[in-house]
Amino acid sequence: MSKIRIATTSLAGCFGCHMSFLDMDERLVALLEHVEFNRSPFTDIKHCGPCDIGLIEGGVCNVENVHVLREFRENCKILIAVGACAINGGVPAMRNHFNLRECLEEAYVNGVGVENPQIPNDVELPLLLDKVHPIHDVVRVDYYLPGCPPSPDAFLKILGDLLADKEPSLPHNLLHYD
Amino acid sequence: MSADIKQSPITKNTITIDGQEIPFLAGQTIMDAALAAGVYIPHLCHRQGFTPHGSCKLCVVDIASRSASACTMPAVAGQQISNNTPALNEARKTITQMLFIEGNHICPSCEKCGDCTLQAMAYHLGMLDGHFPQFFQRREVDASHPTVMLDRDRCILCELCVRASREVDGKNVFAIAGRGINAHLVVNSASGKLVDSDLETSDMAAHICPVGAILIKEHGYEVPIGQRTFDLHQVSEIGLEKTILTKVRQPDE
Amino acid sequence: MDSNTANTIGLLRSIIAEAYAESPHLLHVLYALQRQFLHISDEAVREVAAHLDLPLSQVDAVVEFYSFFHKIPRGRYDILFSNCTSCGYMAGGVDLMAMLGRRLDIVAGNTRGDGLVSMDQTSCIGMCDHGAALLVNGMPIVSLDAAMIDRIAALVEAETPLEDWPAEWFQVDDNIRVSGMLLKDDLSTGIGLSTMLALDAAGTLSEIIQSGLRGRGGAGFSTGMKWQFCREAQGAARYVVCNADEGEPGTFKDRVLLHSHADSLFEGMAVCAFAVGAKQGYLYLRGEYRYLLPHLQSVLARRRGLGLLGVDILDQPGFNFDIDIVVGAGAYICGEESALIESLEGKRGIPRTRPPFPVTHGYLGQPTVVNNVETFIAATHIVLRGSAWFRAVGTEKSAGSKILSISGDCAAPGIYEYPFGVTIRQVLDDCGAKDAQAVQIGGPSGTLIGSAEFDRRLGFDDLSTGGSLMVFSQARDMLAVIVNFAHFFAHESCGFCTPCRVGTVLLKNGLDKIAGGHGTRYDLDEMQRLATLVKSRSHCGLGQTAANPILDGLQRFPQAFEQRLVHRDFEPHFDLDAALEEARQISHRDDAAAHIE
Repeated sequence: MSKIRIATTSLAGCFGCHMSFLDMDERLVALLEHVEFNRSPFTDIKHCGPCDIGLIEGGVCNVENVHVLREFRENCKILIAVGACAINGGVPAMRNHFNLRECLEEAYVNGVGVENPQIPNDVELPLLLDKVHPIHDVVRVDYYLPGCPPSPDAFLKILGDLLADKEPSLPHNLLHYD
Repeated sequence: MSADIKQSPITKNTITIDGQEIPFLAGQTIMDAALAAGVYIPHLCHRQGFTPHGSCKLCVVDIASRSASACTMPAVAGQQISNNTPALNEARKTITQMLFIEGNHICPSCEKCGDCTLQAMAYHLGMLDGHFPQFFQRREVDASHPTVMLDRDRCILCELCVRASREVDGKNVFAIAGRGINAHLVVNSASGKLVDSDLETSDMAAHICPVGAILIKEHGYEVPIGQRTFDLHQVSEIGLEKTILTKVRQPDE
Repeated sequence: MDSNTANTIGLLRSIIAEAYAESPHLLHVLYALQRQFLHISDEAVREVAAHLDLPLSQVDAVVEFYSFFHKIPRGRYDILFSNCTSCGYMAGGVDLMAMLGRRLDIVAGNTRGDGLVSMDQTSCIGMCDHGAALLVNGMPIVSLDAAMIDRIAALVEAETPLEDWPAEWFQVDDNIRVSGMLLKDDLSTGIGLSTMLALDAAGTLSEIIQSGLRGRGGAGFSTGMKWQFCREAQGAARYVVCNADEGEPGTFKDRVLLHSHADSLFEGMAVCAFAVGAKQGYLYLRGEYRYLLPHLQSVLARRRGLGLLGVDILDQPGFNFDIDIVVGAGAYICGEESALIESLEGKRGIPRTRPPFPVTHGYLGQPTVVNNVETFIAATHIVLRGSAWFRAVGTEKSAGSKILSISGDCAAPGIYEYPFGVTIRQVLDDCGAKDAQAVQIGGPSGTLIGSAEFDRRLGFDDLSTGGSLMVFSQARDMLAVIVNFAHFFAHESCGFCTPCRVGTVLLKNGLDKIAGGHGTRYDLDEMQRLATLVKSRSHCGLGQTAANPILDGLQRFPQAFEQRLVHRDFEPHFDLDAALEEARQISHRDDAAAHIE
């Protein structure tokens, strides 16, 4: 039986969800008998090929996030929003209380301890959206795995359900937003 | 209505919730009778002993096929009530999602996480996401008071603080102003700030908030994440308790 | 305190004291301040709270609740365009508000920098038989067209006082097209009351019950039973309240009745007072009809002079009754009777939990009858002519007549009185609606029907209506109509309960997405699901009816929605490229990578 192909990425997130995924420790070995990773920080593959499952950590805060997310949606049969930021914008979305200029000026111009104050600006830098969005604002999402981060058990439960061709669900003890 | 009673075979004061016959006393609401009998009806704006409010609509039930709020609807002998059904819980989940997306509920950054009834309700109803586009409303934070913090981002307009202040504390610290989606909590003081109100740390109104909108400062992490109320209990267990939970851990008691 | 502050506070206090002496009602005191200072400042809120001995938060909450009170100054000319489909700024097919905005260099919702003028839109102002209409400093100007917009702009710029604007602009005609049993006769004053006194209270109540009269606001509760419940309820006092908060878009029959049948109305309220044992009545007049206030007050004064109000009315010892008028300040929800009572009590218009009902726990917690303008007028006629006369008209379950406000795509918009049971087809023929594709019965909160249903009849057992009947021709985009209604409800939701507060906004946003050409089949299904929830789970009639146009529209005019759908499985609800505009401006970038397709 061929392995289930999974791609993962972190958009406007902290990679904490990825860390938590790795926290499944030795259970990862068993999991890898059934899955293989395509584009992911685990593999360093830069672009997503056809996959069965895409795991998206983080919200959408800039142009690059939009392109990456679209690439995942186009290539993954199943797309899962992983963690608080992917699901509702999370902590990065706290900037939505302010307009973009206020945010950038606070960080790069008026902030305490800023040297050589200027707002970074280079064609290499992806432009920021005026607000940070959950990923379901930008593409269709199939499943949600909440948590900040979701526990390794929660990852295993969802992936286990999908591997078993079952509708994924989280028991109450694995359902957390923190 | 008297005609209904005559026709009904039930002679004692009972209502039926999901097939279970439940007694009630004159003057009780469906919620009162249900909780007294150990039957949980989800609720956020209801608190025993306070004037029923009926705004959050988590406690919607169907009486025959008519929708009603259990917390405000008087119990009437012979009522056939549906409560714990997939359709009603789906409606309640949608209403909970509405509360999440109209405010700014960022659980990982909230001190109330684990003690928050809104969050626990969402767990209870199996809510995985907010579903609707978020409103990202800009709401004012009031950190003026020396011991109490008011973060309107998390306010769900349940008016528990409004009622606690009036009905228990004998004050009138809070009110709701504005209309529609612009409705918001205001403070009854000349500056509109908490510091100029007569709110004290020991007031019930300072402790009753079911979410993280009104918090006691500097005590947010005395109970570690993982050991908090809803880390250990379901909202349905807590909702049945008659004591007012927030009194359990008053920091200055 | 410097002398400027002292002066300001002195002026505030004198305005408050003067307004309070004239009428102690919070809404009236706030109106006086709004008029004088063009806004209600935090200082003013504090002074009002002190003078009226109310919590600051209550005054603040009321100021923020009603659309006609403002915390930021409005212009010396405050212009509000109706946004209704019949008398709104788009009624003639041209955006008159945008046009005036260009002439005056002002954006809707703002006050111009020099403080001369402010402009905004407002919910239906009840001028639907006159085409596009606006309120300038509370005075209605009707039958607007592009030429008038130019002249209005010039008059504003020249700071011409309103008294010197063309008088004919402010002429609001009755436009009564078909008169039936109520409109045919203007009752001479006191005649109903004299007949009633001969009947005595029990006999009067019995006549009203036997007449089969049901509330004309649309809900259709038996008027006689309501009065009887009130009479039988325990209370220290009883109150009679007339609901003249005619806010349903497309309704203007109360405007006409208040203008031309005020005597019959006040007589009906006195009849009710006698029947239930009330000493005090209130007419709650919508803020949009404030221009009728001097007329109504003069009618009340005349009736007091004739001994038809006051102490020992018509020399009947102990028959004491008087009426005060309370003017609202822009809140559709106050047409809901318990919200109206809250507003009468000087609070936000939040519908109460029912039971208890106002007949037992109404104004100030006392037994209260709340009836529609038309209901009281019908009661006057019934007392005079007898219940049999009334029952002879209409149908078995819907006795008497219904006064309709007809507007929209027809040759002769105006007031039409029909016996209940009339078909929609008949009504459309009479008003010259030649190519109607749809009719909205009872306003946005009512029922939207298509041409296949034009043989349905008006009545409580088929098509119930508070009086609004809006006609939409084949040329109308029905989706645009439904979008308009969705915006109306989102604006008017009081915010008390979650399903309505959040749901009406989600419905509005969802419809905007579809109307904007970005909706998918999924969005349409979501709309249906959400609309059903808002309808079934909301606290009061507003939420329970707010989704009606959408649900009716999806059922009867699915093509209006479907032809706008994009056939993809997902579309974002916001414009990604537009979301980059701020960043493009900050970075001065416009390269390909600075855009998203």
